[in-house]
Amino acid sequence: MSDFAKALETLRPQLLKFARLQLRNPDWAEDAVSDTLLAALEKPQAFAGQSQLKTWLIGILKHKLVDQIRRHQREISATPEDGQDLDEALFLPDGHWREAPQDWGDPEAALRQLEFIKVLEACVEHLPGQQGRLFMMREWLELETEEICKVLAISPTNLWVMLHRARLRLRECLQLNWFAGAAPARS
Amino acid sequence: MPLLRRSCRDVTALVLRAEDQALPWRERLAVRLHMLACRACPRFAAQVALMRRASARWRAYSENSSD
Repeated sequence: MSDFAKALETLRPQLLKFARLQLRNPDWAEDAVSDTLLAALEKPQAFAGQSQLKTWLIGILKHKLVDQIRRHQREISATPEDGQDLDEALFLPDGHWREAPQDWGDPEAALRQLEFIKVLEACVEHLPGQQGRLFMMREWLELETEEICKVLAISPTNLWVMLHRARLRLRECLQLNWFAGAAPARS
Repeated sequence: MPLLRRSCRDVTALVLRAEDQALPWRERLAVRLHMLACRACPRFAAQVALMRRASARWRAYSENSSD
């Protein structure tokens, strides 16, 4: 195996991790990663001059993930909405907070810490499947909402409801696993 | 101004909606007015802003880190 192929193999697990986070289906994730590595092996010259192999590969992977989402659009769109509405748990019937949100303190204190970023990643992983997919499309693939609706053939309202739920859930997870404890970032 | 009165639950939904879409001016104004009078919702908005920055940091980390 060439050094280049070896380097690709080394990065494979990381690519697979993000492919799984995005697609929430191990087989589709394998396909996306194989497509990515194949594309890289076919065009190693495209890498020349790029500073980081990983940056380049993640860029290819993101395109391959969108391809997979297109290919499996029907299955993804037909996935039933998962996870209950957190709104009921957060608000009284009259629309007031049951419990006021906590002050999370200085954002920089948390953002500086790699541990916090890892907790965020774990929280994204724990999002229910469909919410996780949509959140990843928006925040990791950085697709516009119109594009997500088009690719998945879902309505904007449906998308907003799901993103709303995903973000509330993520917030809850960060609150429980970082800000509520004796996290070092807490001010 | 009852037309511009929003509950904390409504404002929370609008703050989240603003992550993906520009709000109509009336909703923007309603949120702004609510924030002046509420102690809880500004904290929620700050949490959402932190999550947005954290997502960006995570994205950059996923692309560049060597581990």
